[in-house]
Amino acid sequence: MYRYDSIDQQIINERVAQYRDQIGRHLAGELSVDELRPLRLQNGLYIQRHGPMLRIAIPYGMLSATQLRKLAEISRRYDRAVGHFTTRQNMQLNWPQFEETPDILAELASVQMHAVQTSGNCVRNITTDHFAGVAPDEWTDPRPYCELLRQWSTFHPEFAFLPRKFKIAVNAAAEDRTVIRAHDIGLDLVGNEQGEIGFRVFVGGGLGRTPILGKLIREFLPRRHLLSYLDAILRLYNRYGRRDNMYKARIKILVQALGIDEFGRQVEAEWSQLRDGPTTVPDAEFARLAGHFAPPPRATLPAEDAAHAARLRNDPAFANWVKRCVHAHKTPGYTAVTLSLKALGVAPGDISDVQMIAVAELAERFSFGELRVSHEQNVVLADVRQSDLHEVWLIARRHRLATANIGLLTDMICCPGGDLCALANARSVPIAAAIHEKFDDLDYLHDIGDISLNISGCMNSCGHHHVANIGILGVDKNNEEWYQITIGGQQGNAATIGKVIGPSFYAQEVPQVIEALIGVYLEHRTPSERFIDTLQRIGIEPFKARAYAGRDRRRTAKVDNREEEAINA
Amino acid sequence: MPRIIKHDRIVEDDWQVLTLAAGETPATVILPADPVLLPLPVWLARRAEISGRYPAFGVWIDSHEGPEALTDDIDRLRIIAVNFPKFTDGRGYSIARLLRERYHYQGEIRAIGDVLQDQLFYMQRCGIDAYALRADKDIDKALAGLAVFSETYQAAADQREPLFRRRHALEST
Repeated sequence: MYRYDSIDQQIINERVAQYRDQIGRHLAGELSVDELRPLRLQNGLYIQRHGPMLRIAIPYGMLSATQLRKLAEISRRYDRAVGHFTTRQNMQLNWPQFEETPDILAELASVQMHAVQTSGNCVRNITTDHFAGVAPDEWTDPRPYCELLRQWSTFHPEFAFLPRKFKIAVNAAAEDRTVIRAHDIGLDLVGNEQGEIGFRVFVGGGLGRTPILGKLIREFLPRRHLLSYLDAILRLYNRYGRRDNMYKARIKILVQALGIDEFGRQVEAEWSQLRDGPTTVPDAEFARLAGHFAPPPRATLPAEDAAHAARLRNDPAFANWVKRCVHAHKTPGYTAVTLSLKALGVAPGDISDVQMIAVAELAERFSFGELRVSHEQNVVLADVRQSDLHEVWLIARRHRLATANIGLLTDMICCPGGDLCALANARSVPIAAAIHEKFDDLDYLHDIGDISLNISGCMNSCGHHHVANIGILGVDKNNEEWYQITIGGQQGNAATIGKVIGPSFYAQEVPQVIEALIGVYLEHRTPSERFIDTLQRIGIEPFKARAYAGRDRRRTAKVDNREEEAINA
Repeated sequence: MPRIIKHDRIVEDDWQVLTLAAGETPATVILPADPVLLPLPVWLARRAEISGRYPAFGVWIDSHEGPEALTDDIDRLRIIAVNFPKFTDGRGYSIARLLRERYHYQGEIRAIGDVLQDQLFYMQRCGIDAYALRADKDIDKALAGLAVFSETYQAAADQREPLFRRRHALEST
């Protein structure tokens, strides 16, 4: 993974000093609450329901074991010994002390970490595939490009005060695992006929209150032009994006207002002034960055390990785990392992300090000391030998990191919701817990098969409910928590925004409604169909009818859109 | 006399900023004594009159305006001020970069409006070289805002080469 040189380190150290000074000036009364707010947000610090929340950046989800140990130590020393992974592959601490946040940032800087631009109206953490560098369907490693973008976006002087937040994702695999079209800019790494590397560029996607999939703005952008082209898009957005209404301030609204053709024309006009300038990236820089992501020294192994095959036959629990949590790897004899953070009774994405240490040890022993955070809020060990899987499983199981539910109904994406977040209209974690309890039987879960269920506690959509097969959105109706359900959304190459099935439900009803929806699927499916396939074949009506059977709903909940602190994971 | 930050130092400065009151129009507003920063629409409406009358004048651009209208006569302006109506309104950064990098304006670019210490570093990078700090803030302390980072990643008005073109040389020194 990328290692700082002395310049990178100095920049981050200077950032800590700057932030410490800002907090000091605030406490001394020289910097007002309103003046501090954008500054602290660009250092990841929110003021939440119960106090501050600190969002730590994990650039494109990559962590070393050393960094995870530091996070464990920080969570113990400055928080309540638990961290929460977000859909931007970051980590949130929910109980830090305001006055101690400069010390936390200093601790992070000691392991080449920070909380830069994890919030605020600026370019946020770049995200990518959690199987980057190991996925068999990937044609080049996206991480050097992510790092290039990290450096470009870090303290970009022109784009620190955009109309609204700005999210970028990079995909380089045949199957998009990063939801690029749900981003302000989505970059799809492709090659052209001349063998050049470049990007298909999508712009104007985003979830939130107005979910829109990004539109193709450029079929092929040679990689050397990446930064000048993004400068052109961002400059147009900075100048002409709406600033009068924060709900209409994302770039997707500007792209819609102009139309993608006119927006594209304006981008080309701006870019024609910028291209081939000093921001053009030389091949030597791509090579330098790629050097940081060179494959680890993997052994030459047989594709199939005989002892592993025997364990699969003899141990059904292990076999179940392998089926759901172990993924194909491009190197024979190796696998990628997802450690599930979706155990029953634990908030999705939460990880305790003890678990962090356990994961760090697993990474050191079995996966070259590195790991990744997925946007589905799990942890991935990307380079595990097939012959080590059983031992990894035994250790993971001891730490409740081996729930065999990846890609199944209880592998829910879920925001922290109203228990912690100041913006939420409704709680989300108790809904996730209630659903998990109803579907805790693993055989039943495996029988239901591949499905995504995501929960957001408000319209900001941190829980990505729009792109789930079943999406649950917390809404506020006369100060009561209600839940609106969408179905038919999906991630991947066929990314789709789900449709609302009708009026919202009480919290207690939600697990029954999910059961009803699943019931329709189980009755109608053909042997090869996933939930989404059946839904697409038979349409939304049978699901809708079953969900509301016997329920009296006269009106739809009013959807409230609190967004004061411009949150989003 | 009011003080501003100019080229990393604090200096006295008596430039006035003309703003249009309710009911006033660019064509009819009474022009004050110089030195004065005129609203862009006033300059565009009355170039000949203004050039003939003032030895020292400049123009200020509001955040919703652009530098494009200035291209013909940009070098006649002693100062171009960029207004930041709120410090969170980032349009002025793009305006300043365009003035320096596209229109090659050599004169003073002054930040006016909601100008605060913690934005000075970015402003400087975008080509702004004078800062009329908000009056209630301590201008002597704010000077520190210009020297927050010793190195930067991107190309901008103050540094035309991004770090990736300089890193090797820097590391070997």
